[in-house]
Amino acid sequence: MEQSGGADVLVSFRNVQKSYDGESLVVKNLNLDIGRGEFLTLLGPSGSGKTTSLMMLAGFETPTRGEILLDGAELHRLPPYKRNIGMVFQNYALFPHMTVAENLAFPLAVRKLAKDEIARKVQRALDMVKLGSLAGRYPAQMSGGQQQRVALARALVFEPKLVLMDEPLGALDKQLREHMQYEIKHLHDELGLTVVYVTHDQSEALTMSDRVAVFNDGIIQQIDTPVALYEHPVNSFVAHFIGENNRLSGTVAALDGRRATVRLSDGTTVQARAVGVDTAGRPTSCSIRPERVRLHSFDVQADNVLMGRILEFIFLGDHVRLRLDVAGSTDFTVKVPISQVDSAWKTGETIRVGWDADDLRALDPVAA
Amino acid sequence: MDTTPTALPLSDDGVPLKVRLRRAERSYKLRSLALIAPLLIFLVLSFVLPISTLLYRAVDNHELADAMPKTVAALDGWDGNAIPAEPVFVALATDLRDLKEAGRIGIPAKRLGYEISGFRSVLTKTLRKLPAPDAQNVRDVVVDAVPEWGELRYWKAFERAAKPYTPRYLLASVDREVNEDGQIVVNESSAFVDIFGRTFWISGVVTLCCLLLAYPLAYWLSVLPPSKSNLLMICVLLPFWTSLLVRTAAWIVLLQSGGLINGGLQALGIIDQPLQLVFNRVGVYISMVHILLPFMILPLYSVMKGIPPHFVRAAVSLGAHPFLAFWKVYVPQTIAGVGAGCLLTYILALGYYITPALLGGPDDQMVSYFVAFYTNRTINWGMASALGSLLLVATLLLYVVYGKLVDNTGQSGRK
Repeated sequence: MEQSGGADVLVSFRNVQKSYDGESLVVKNLNLDIGRGEFLTLLGPSGSGKTTSLMMLAGFETPTRGEILLDGAELHRLPPYKRNIGMVFQNYALFPHMTVAENLAFPLAVRKLAKDEIARKVQRALDMVKLGSLAGRYPAQMSGGQQQRVALARALVFEPKLVLMDEPLGALDKQLREHMQYEIKHLHDELGLTVVYVTHDQSEALTMSDRVAVFNDGIIQQIDTPVALYEHPVNSFVAHFIGENNRLSGTVAALDGRRATVRLSDGTTVQARAVGVDTAGRPTSCSIRPERVRLHSFDVQADNVLMGRILEFIFLGDHVRLRLDVAGSTDFTVKVPISQVDSAWKTGETIRVGWDADDLRALDPVAA
Repeated sequence: MDTTPTALPLSDDGVPLKVRLRRAERSYKLRSLALIAPLLIFLVLSFVLPISTLLYRAVDNHELADAMPKTVAALDGWDGNAIPAEPVFVALATDLRDLKEAGRIGIPAKRLGYEISGFRSVLTKTLRKLPAPDAQNVRDVVVDAVPEWGELRYWKAFERAAKPYTPRYLLASVDREVNEDGQIVVNESSAFVDIFGRTFWISGVVTLCCLLLAYPLAYWLSVLPPSKSNLLMICVLLPFWTSLLVRTAAWIVLLQSGGLINGGLQALGIIDQPLQLVFNRVGVYISMVHILLPFMILPLYSVMKGIPPHFVRAAVSLGAHPFLAFWKVYVPQTIAGVGAGCLLTYILALGYYITPALLGGPDDQMVSYFVAFYTNRTINWGMASALGSLLLVATLLLYVVYGKLVDNTGQSGRK
C-alpha cells in the first residue's frame, strides 16, 4: 500500500512558502510529491495550511516562495483558467442560473468543443454520477446530495489531469456523507483519477485515501498510508489528531537503540518504543491506543504491568470503555471487547493494566 | 367523550372543533386587518384618491355645464344643423345675467376660449349688450348685437364644451384635436409628442449612464470588507441628506462658464473657451445622473452582496478567462438588481422637473415641466391632468414590460 509516488510524480511542491501578511507563514516550506493516480488527502485542523496549499495548486493563491510543478511544468506561472485542474468546492458553487446540463457544458463550451461532442460528454458525465434524468433541473431544485454529484461531474467532465476537492462533503448529513465517500473512492479507482482532497474529518481521510498528509502549523507533520498513520504516528500531534490515544508524560531514563525506559510522573518506570526521543534525561510524552491495552483482574502477560483504579465504566454494546487512574493520569481510556469483560470490573475496583513495550510510543513532549 | 371516528371531533366545552377553528381564524384575520388598517387608510387618502382625481380631471368637462346650466339644458337635443331656437337664446341671456351678477364670467369664457380663441371676446361683447330680462325676440336681438351667435361653428363649439366629458385634453397631449367637423386631426403647432419622446430619451440616457457608473461601484462595494464598504456606502448616501434644490443649484455653480470645472480646465490649459456645460442637455444629464445614482447603486449592491465569490472562482477553475467568468456567471446573477435599478431610475427620471427646469435650456424641458406650467401659470387643470395621466400610463406599461421580462429570465426556479 506504500505508494510514495516516486516513479511517476504528477505534482510536486518544492520549498513552497505562503504568507498573507508578510510577517507569519501560513505554509512553511512545503515539499510534497503527488503520484499519478494517487488519492492524497490533506488533513489538519483549520488554519493548518491545508486549504492554502490546495488553493495554490488551483491557482487562486500564489506561493510567496518556491515552485509547484505539474507534469514537470512550472504550474505557479500559469493562470488558474489555463491549469486544466478540476475542482469541487465546499458549497458546490453550481451556477444557479444554469441547468444541470448547462453547468456541465460550461467547461466544455469555454474550451470551444463542438456542440454534439459537448452533448455526448455531458450525458456521459451525468450517467457516471447516476443523474441522467435530471439534466434539465436547476441546482435549487435538487437535494444536497444531488448537487454534490453535479459538482463532481462538472469537475470531471473536461477530463482534467488533477481533481481537487475542498471539503466537498462538509454540508451533507452523516449517512449521505459516508455514501458519497464510497462513490468518490469508486470514481477514483474506476477513472484512474489523481485526487487531492482537503478535509478536517480524520475518518473521511482514513477511509478514502492512498496517503494522508497531516498538516499542522503550516507544516506536514506526517505523510503516510492511513494504516501507518494510525499505527505508527511519528509525533504527539499526529498521535492525538488521528484516532484516540492515551497520553502518559514522563522522562527518558535510559535509551537503548529503539527501546526507551521512561520514568512516568508518579515514579513508575515503563518500557517504550523510542520514536521522538534521542537523548536520555529529556521529557517525553508516551502514547498508546485504548485498544492496545489489556486488563485483567489478577494477572496479565505483558512487557509493562501497572495497577489502575476504575473511574468510569461505559457500556457501548459490542465493547466497553473504561476510564482509569493509571500512573497519575486520570484520563486513561481502555477499550475492551464485550467478550473479554470481567463482571468483577466495577467503578472503584483496582485491576491490572498491561501492554507490550512496542505499543507504547515515546514521542516528543507536549506542553501540559 | 365520544371518540367514534364518524362523529365530529368536539373540543372540551362541546363546541365542534371546526367551529372553534373558524372562530379562531376569524378573530386572527380581524386582528391582522386592524393592524394594517392605518396604512390602508393612508394609502387610500394619499395615493388612490389623488390619482383617481387626476385621471378624472383629464377627461372632466363640467366647467361650462356648471357655469351656464340653463343654456346647456336648453341646448340638449339640438340637431346641430341650424342656429338654435329662441328658448336657447333666452337661457343664454339668463345664464349670462346670472354670471354677470356673480362675477364668474371668467370660467366659461376661458373654457370656451379653448374651443375657438375668439369666443372669450364674444362672451364679453354679449355681456355688454344683453337684452332686458323681459325682452321679446331675444334671438334676433343677440344675433344683431353679436353676429357670431348667428354662426353655426360657435354653437358647435359651445355644444362640445357643454358635454360632461371630453377627450380634448388627452388628444391635445398627443398633439391631436377635434376640428369643427368633429374629426381628429393633427395640431401642427403643438409639440407634446416630441416632449414625451424627449422625456423618454433623457430618462433612458440617464438610466444607462447610471448603470454604467453604478455597476462597477456596486461590485467594488460588495467585495470590500464591511468596515470599508460601510464607510463608502455613507458617501453614496450622503447626497440624500441634502435638498434636491441645493444639489441642483450646486451644479450650476460648478458647471457655469466661470465655474469651478471650466475655470479648472482653463487654468490647466486644456481648453481656451469655457465649455457650455449648463443650461443645455449636458447639464441636465450630469446633474440627473448624479442625483439618481444612489437609486441604481442600492439595488445592485444588495443583489451583488448576496452572490458569494466562489461562483466566479468555480468558473475560472473550469477554464473560463476571468472576464468570461464574470460575464457568463456573475452578470446573469445580477440581472434582477440591474432590472430593479434601471426601472427605479427610469421611472424617477421620467418625472423630473426641477433639475431640467434649472439646468436645462428651453429644448431640454420634460413633461413634468409642462404639467407644472399648466398647473401654476395657466391654471389649465385638464391639460395638466391629461399630461400627468399619460405619463402615469407610460410608467405602468414599462412596469408591466419589466414584470414580463423578469418573469421570463427568472424561471430558473431559484429560491
